[in-house]
Amino acid sequence: MSGTYLGMPSFPRAAAAATRDGTLRGNLRHATHTIRDKRARAVAELADWPRLRAAAAAIKERTLRHLDHYLVQTEAAVTAAGGTVHWAADAAEANRIVTRLVRATGETEVLKVKSMTTQEIGLNEALGRAGITACETDLAELIVQLGEDRPSHILVPAIHRNRAEIRDIFRARMADWGRPAPDGLGDNPTELAEAARLHLREKFLRAKVAISGANFMVAETGTLVVVESEGNGRMCLTLPETLISVVGIEKVVPTWRDLGVFLQLLPRSSTAERMNPYTSMWTGTAETAETAETAETAETAAEARAAAEARAAAEARPGARAGTRTGTETRAEAGARAGGADGPRAFHLVLLDNGRTDTLADTVGRQALRCIRCSACLNVCPVYERAGGHAYGSPYPGPIGAILTPQLRGTESELDASLPFASSLCGACYEVCPVAIDIPEVLVHLRERVAEGGIVTRGGKKAVIRPARGHAAERAAMRAARWTLDHPAALRTAQRIASRTRRLHPRRLPGPGRAWTGTRALPEVPPESFRDWWARTRGQGSPE
Amino acid sequence: MSDRDTVLGRVRRALADVPREERPEDVPVTGGRPDGARAPDAAADLLARNLADYRALVHRVSPARLPVLVAGLLAARGARTLLVPEGLPERWPAAAAAAGVRLCPDDPRATPVELDAVDSVLTGCAVAVAETGTVVLDGGPGQGRRRITLVPDHHICVVRVPGQVVDSVPSALERLDPTRPLTWISGPSATSDIELDRVEGVHGPRTLEVVLLEG
Repeated sequence: MSGTYLGMPSFPRAAAAATRDGTLRGNLRHATHTIRDKRARAVAELADWPRLRAAAAAIKERTLRHLDHYLVQTEAAVTAAGGTVHWAADAAEANRIVTRLVRATGETEVLKVKSMTTQEIGLNEALGRAGITACETDLAELIVQLGEDRPSHILVPAIHRNRAEIRDIFRARMADWGRPAPDGLGDNPTELAEAARLHLREKFLRAKVAISGANFMVAETGTLVVVESEGNGRMCLTLPETLISVVGIEKVVPTWRDLGVFLQLLPRSSTAERMNPYTSMWTGTAETAETAETAETAETAAEARAAAEARAAAEARPGARAGTRTGTETRAEAGARAGGADGPRAFHLVLLDNGRTDTLADTVGRQALRCIRCSACLNVCPVYERAGGHAYGSPYPGPIGAILTPQLRGTESELDASLPFASSLCGACYEVCPVAIDIPEVLVHLRERVAEGGIVTRGGKKAVIRPARGHAAERAAMRAARWTLDHPAALRTAQRIASRTRRLHPRRLPGPGRAWTGTRALPEVPPESFRDWWARTRGQGSPE
Repeated sequence: MSDRDTVLGRVRRALADVPREERPEDVPVTGGRPDGARAPDAAADLLARNLADYRALVHRVSPARLPVLVAGLLAARGARTLLVPEGLPERWPAAAAAAGVRLCPDDPRATPVELDAVDSVLTGCAVAVAETGTVVLDGGPGQGRRRITLVPDHHICVVRVPGQVVDSVPSALERLDPTRPLTWISGPSATSDIELDRVEGVHGPRTLEVVLLEG
């Protein structure tokens, strides 16, 4: 299976194949129920969860309504802290930027922190075409990459694989990417995690370039946040010399204080933990050891920055260069020269649109951009549990994928047009969503768009889309129903005809209705309509 | 037209429904959670419980006993080298050094591979969060650069009780400086990627010991 999502079958067809896979269904049922139950317990620990959730939704709402303001603020703060900000209107541009940045370092191998955004833009494939190997370092992403597979869950991308399959993938493929799997590797998770540790450690220790996404960007301070469990994120964010982060524009939060709300919601909602093992926060580029020492004596961060600027100005004076100055350099200077600073010396932030502004233009669908990618909605969804993640044909499976993908990519393809229908509208996803996205509301809104067509924004421009194919019969039936319900005499006649012919009704509808009755029983028509019964008995008699 | 102008232009057009005069602060944001007000003892107890729940090893000790405890923890693992960041109180590793453990400074010139050869690392922290069982390092005195608490396989982190313990995440953020590189640590590294079976110790230190320094 390749990494692209082009030409995938529509959701019902992909799901039909997935639901016949017994192993997959077993793996998924076990996984979703396990996380679901643990999450409920983690959330129950906080008495005021609903208040937190309301605060998070409101903060995201404020951010989205003033996104331009917060993006400009983020850019200024990141730049002031020594980072470089790039903007990418679409996937191709983002891939071009990242490829150019990696090429400039002269490296041909980069390490990656788990990132759905880079999956969305097909970054690994784009780098591959440029002769650059991107190695995934998250255990599940590694399993997916070695198995030439695709992620099937936001949080645990290899959830469709069981331990025996993973052992086989490691044995067969690790050697192609680096250190081979240990001899006699068994299928116990501890052993498999150890094999991944050994395989990746040598890559971590010599990596020069890493690519990440981010869970949050703080506009006020220019701080980026990556939330993880394994430590592969920390390795990639601190050891290499160059760090490139590709982040969707909706990931911004206004203030440092706002971050607190999300740091309380995300771990409990996602992995059902009070807090995930590791969270890294960084602002711009690493300070040199000397600046860090200054910061310790300075009263405030602002003073430390002023000191750093003064030092930079001093160094810029002729004759102040380390190479031309006589005398011994301080340990800090030597350290800074030798890469002793705390973290990468070059930091690039790529702000990605790729359909997000199109989503923002839809006042109903806009709320999908609040998503913090916790995956709680996947784990409670009866459809996801049976169909699995691959059927959704994008890095964003489950209920959130069903509303996000058709907005990011549009509903032109058969697959994307089928996604809003990949739901029973049971509402469990809305109930668990930590940022209160009304997923059912957006699903119904998108179904209407697919069936009726209408005005949408694509690539920043208004466009009129035609009703999707395959909905003509539905529309005709609905039009006929609307006319009939508007004309009481016609309705009465139709009801009487239906009652008198009820013995002749087929069990399955013919023609376009066949698929509908393939999974549903036709309602029984009563011998007499309610109106006729009322006219006859005034409510006094029994209807039969 | 640059991509920056393209994206910002699209954002502004997409927000045509937002009244021109509306400012960000006009969008109401209800408060998050009120901050808990636990007694310092209760906060330290909760911190210890939550850390242990996520498989960190927790020790509670008086300042006088700390050096002996550190020496004991290292001896129990057979650790022969200990990384000590700048600004760490000299007393903390003194007993271990006397017992023959070699103290290595956090040398900025050390390569990650050299760091990988160190057995253990001893640090302080900036703040600890009781409600989540988290210690936060900000690279300040006695904490060193982020890599030193990541590459060695054994991390001993000392938390001053009650001074460094806060109740909740928002209180921790109030105390922290966003311009510094921050690492929030809640137990040893872990993964549940294989059949959701939690395995501790993936890429970070496989053993995290937290010492609550009381009194």
